[in-house]
Amino acid sequence: MIEVQGLTKKYGELVAVRDLTFKVEPGRIWGLLGPNAAGKTTTMRILTGYLPATAGQATVAGFDVFNEPDAVKRSIGYLPEVVPLYLDMTVSGFLGFVAEIKQVPAAKRKAAVARAVESAGLKDVSHRLIKNISRGFKQRVGIAQAIIHDPKVLVLDEPTIGLDPAQIREIRELIKSLRGEHTILLSTHILPEVTQVCDGVVIINEGRLMASGSLEELAASFERKDGVILKLRRGGAEEAALLRAIPGVEKVSAEGNELRVEWSRGRDLRDDVARLALDKSLGIQEMRSLASIEDLYMKVVSGGLEP
Amino acid sequence: MKNIWSLMKKEIGAYFSSPIAYVVISGFLLLVGYFFYSLVLWFNAQAMQMAQNPYYAQQININEMVFSPLFHNMSIILILVAPLLTMRLLAEEKKSGTDELLYTSPLSVGQIILGKYFAALVMLAAMLGLTALLSIFAFAFGNPEIAPWLTGYLGLFLMGATFIAIGLFFSSLTENQIVAAFLTFVTLLLFLVLNWVASSGSGTWQSVLSYLSFSQHFEDMTRGILDTKDVVYYLSFSFFGIFLAHSVIQSRRWR
Repeated sequence: MIEVQGLTKKYGELVAVRDLTFKVEPGRIWGLLGPNAAGKTTTMRILTGYLPATAGQATVAGFDVFNEPDAVKRSIGYLPEVVPLYLDMTVSGFLGFVAEIKQVPAAKRKAAVARAVESAGLKDVSHRLIKNISRGFKQRVGIAQAIIHDPKVLVLDEPTIGLDPAQIREIRELIKSLRGEHTILLSTHILPEVTQVCDGVVIINEGRLMASGSLEELAASFERKDGVILKLRRGGAEEAALLRAIPGVEKVSAEGNELRVEWSRGRDLRDDVARLALDKSLGIQEMRSLASIEDLYMKVVSGGLEP
Repeated sequence: MKNIWSLMKKEIGAYFSSPIAYVVISGFLLLVGYFFYSLVLWFNAQAMQMAQNPYYAQQININEMVFSPLFHNMSIILILVAPLLTMRLLAEEKKSGTDELLYTSPLSVGQIILGKYFAALVMLAAMLGLTALLSIFAFAFGNPEIAPWLTGYLGLFLMGATFIAIGLFFSSLTENQIVAAFLTFVTLLLFLVLNWVASSGSGTWQSVLSYLSFSQHFEDMTRGILDTKDVVYYLSFSFFGIFLAHSVIQSRRWR
């Protein structure tokens, strides 16, 4: 549904996006993950036709972004990072205006607004001025304006940024409820957002593609080793030596009170590690699987992983 | 066409959902009303004196003595008012990030700009239309000629349309409304008085400068003379302003 081929964007000397290639399958939610200034917003702006690319190709819903911009704009719903709202309009007035400029036929406009209000959960505030509603509702209005013309593709730039935890959960539920009807590409720098909401991910850093694929694919391809990361009350050489003594454990490395315990694939020594930690009362605070997407992302961000 | 209409409606709504429209229109009406009143008082006093003398009595002319100076005053007020109408048109969209919504919708830059331009024109027409009500008194109690009155208003509208096009251009350059308004004001004032230097110059320079000046082309219209070259001047100036605004927006997106 979204296909990007060798996309490059330069702002003068600065290269914001470098030779980016990825693909999003229809009806799925894909995350565009990267630290700040990784090129996420630039990529989205190119896909939505706000910015032209310096080189490369992109197609959305079968239309070429550069040669058929109007067709692309008609089949895309876009929530920019700064939610575009006219504060002096009412929620339904604003959605009506967006329906008009997104070329929803006059006869269907009312229904389109009602549907968007309904699915974004805006019923209670639809007659209020946008400047008087809360941040979370403003974000919902942003999503409502993106889905107003029932686009095949949704591009959401940092949809949960700046919201409180309850609002974040609500917005994530809202996005999940749109799965299937729409193909969604959402950008974020928060990893849990990807693991909770998305089916797949494109990880970029400094404009370069680091990894892309469905979550299962990625997990499999990066798991050369199995293991756990163990967070203890107090970590050190003593604890590391104890863990190293477990049969099958190949490597233990300590970083503060976090110990990384590795063994070769195919075995599962988690029980043994936990038992040891309990027996010797090492004070387990946390134990998580190694080679999770989180580790991958941390490696990407800290620059330890080459594309 | 439908897209231009959608944007136009939205912009007119924006004028009236903020205090701008009310403040600007009422201020404009207050000033014009005051000028009209003082001109009529002066005209009465003059007419009284002139009527004593049969030669001068022939020359009493309400068009020349009231409307012509009134139109000149109004053109100066428009120089102050036009920047207020245009400053937010493109600058605010950029500042609030709503330009991203417009430019990712299936609209052309031309449609966006024209929608905004026409919305400001509607405001201008409404303002001028309301001042025309004042003239009812002059028509009810006197006998002014209608033709110079009509061409005077046409001149004001054309000149205002030019002001708005220039304001739109400056609004496209910046996201700061005050900067946009001030640059518009400076430019308009400069073009209005461009013919001052022309009077002491000579040859080609003189004719170029006085041709470019707003006031030169307005002069005839307040006297009831409708010359196509004046109309063409204002229309081409407006077109130029819109074209510049269009180029600025277009180039910004391609940078």
